[in-house]
Amino acid sequence: MSTQPIDQFAAGLAPGTQAAIHGGSKQGHEKRTRLLFDHFPDANRLRVLAGEIKQHVVENLDTLLPQVEARMLANGVKVHWAATAAQACSAVLKIMEARSATKLVKAKTMVSEEIELTPFLEKHGIESLETDLGEFIVQIDGDHPSHIVKPIIHKSRQDIARSFEREGLGAYDDDPETITRRARQFLRGKYLAADVGLTGANFVSAESGRLVLVTNEGNSRFCLAAPRCHIALVGIEKLVPRDRDLGLLLNLLARSATAQQLTVYTEFISGPKSATQPDGPDEMHVIFVDNGRTDVLASDCREILRCIRCGACLNVCPVYRQAGGHAYRGVYPGPVGAVLSPLLLGKDFAAKADLPKASSLCGACHEVCPVNIPIPDLLLRLRDKGKREGAPLASAATPPMGVWALLASQPLAWKAALFGGRLLNVLPSKMLPVPALRAWEEKRTLPKWRGGEFRKWFRGRARLGRVQPPRPPGAPVEVRGGPAQPNKSNDH
Amino acid sequence: MTTDRDQILARVHAALAPLATRAPLPDWERELVILRAARGSPDLWTLFAERLQAVNGTPLTSADELVALLDKNGWRHGYCDPVLWPRLKPAFPAGFKVELNFDRARVDDYQFGITAATAAIAETGTLVLTDHGTSRRLGALTPWVHVAVLRRDQILADVPAAVAALPKDPNVIWCTGPSKTADVEGILIEGVHGPGRQVALLVE
Repeated sequence: MSTQPIDQFAAGLAPGTQAAIHGGSKQGHEKRTRLLFDHFPDANRLRVLAGEIKQHVVENLDTLLPQVEARMLANGVKVHWAATAAQACSAVLKIMEARSATKLVKAKTMVSEEIELTPFLEKHGIESLETDLGEFIVQIDGDHPSHIVKPIIHKSRQDIARSFEREGLGAYDDDPETITRRARQFLRGKYLAADVGLTGANFVSAESGRLVLVTNEGNSRFCLAAPRCHIALVGIEKLVPRDRDLGLLLNLLARSATAQQLTVYTEFISGPKSATQPDGPDEMHVIFVDNGRTDVLASDCREILRCIRCGACLNVCPVYRQAGGHAYRGVYPGPVGAVLSPLLLGKDFAAKADLPKASSLCGACHEVCPVNIPIPDLLLRLRDKGKREGAPLASAATPPMGVWALLASQPLAWKAALFGGRLLNVLPSKMLPVPALRAWEEKRTLPKWRGGEFRKWFRGRARLGRVQPPRPPGAPVEVRGGPAQPNKSNDH
Repeated sequence: MTTDRDQILARVHAALAPLATRAPLPDWERELVILRAARGSPDLWTLFAERLQAVNGTPLTSADELVALLDKNGWRHGYCDPVLWPRLKPAFPAGFKVELNFDRARVDDYQFGITAATAAIAETGTLVLTDHGTSRRLGALTPWVHVAVLRRDQILADVPAAVAALPKDPNVIWCTGPSKTADVEGILIEGVHGPGRQVALLVE
């Protein structure tokens, strides 16, 4: 039986990997929920509000973007714009070339993954090194992150110890503390030697031009303490209207992402270092990146641009827990990725048109979203879009419906099918004509076929023109105009 | 030739033009985001100290306590903000080596770094560092132990209060406990790229 690409991927996962992803995401979700509702009397109200604030941003980017640009220029920041991934990469390269810079250290940024910055810079002879522990391990393994905030949720400590040994970072030792100390020692040399520190941004205040970064490890602090130049890659949807809104969003982000009240480091960056500070960048660049976001803005799924990349929808998603992040074939996995990844492709939407089907529409992602994105609604809109545009992947693993459409639209054929359906009551399950029914019958027993009875019942009921009063509990069922007399002359 | 800037803004305008109305910006009450536990707490230092300990930080109320902690762990070589040193110096016995200049060529020599906090947030146990208030960014970041020197009147109640009080400064950092990671199998390890111990030293 044919399956969706995501099912095929999930079926091939090693049992250990599947267990690691399932356990890690489940634990993250449970801790998040406990913390939010322990801490706040009305946690749901916070989510709804935050969603309204971000929706305001999305629908007012035309005024907020020029506003934040003006604030940043006034703060002494150099502002760049990049319409595509290629433009964003070349903007970084140009800044580096102007400074004769050859070494870059990176704090975790999803946009840099999206534009594939590291391979581009390496091709131009620039050393570009991930400093977040998880991302560093992903980089030395030539792998890809499989979770937005826990990039190596799919790796075991043994995997990591082998990678460290291979890279000459010490003899095999799978103690997580040893692994962390070795990365600390290796990377601090790299920070101190780097010319440029590159970061993303979790929020940008349109009011003050402040860029907000949240991390736990301290790597983004180091990127802004040792190198002399800071470059920030910022998706154009990252804005918040006012500084005070950060008070709400910061309270939601860390709790939703890692079940912390705040991440260890929350940094508010508004410009280069002051003249009296010996450490840190004397030049700061912000690159606003579109790369498909304006296509999303023009679509009927623009709510997805509210996303603050916490990963809560991944952790709660039954499909993500089974399949893991790599199954989504892109930078953004899980429910958010199922919406965002195909949309960011713009004209090439069809290449990922199966992703919106990778959901049971259970609604858990909507329920946990700190900015209240109606992800199941968006998935349905994208399924519709895929079908309308005739994307073959939008029909992956959908049983052929042509026969059904014929039967359902021709009254004679329909009647014949209802009559013929009685065969189901006598045929052995191996001989059932529909593969899906055969599969069903292998594990379960089909109910007895009674084709046409409902219509008879409904028609008789409508003729009586009576509305049945609510039945008191326990009262015997009285069937009015019921499936009573078979009407051979006018059977449906 | 149009620039990327013009192109992006034109596309944003075109995308939003069909909208009949735009989502309004809601106002919200600060009351909504005040922690249950923090409601009606009597003394900000007490609450701060409690919350700092909850994130594995160490609140101290005297220079003697600080010296005892450093001594017990064998951390005898460090960096101190030259402005803070005169008042701390009497507590440090011989045998400690405290440098008032931070040499970035020898970051691994410093076991502790003492710098000034600009503020603190009681409900989260957070210390606030700034560009203007920190003598050396690297001095507060690279040693295993960071000691932030704090006055009682600098402690703010909660996150919204701290956002409202954000100073005009290019690099404001809220530090909530020691640097940490759970990237390897979800196991918590402290001291990744920043300090493995975060101390708040209250001075009167």
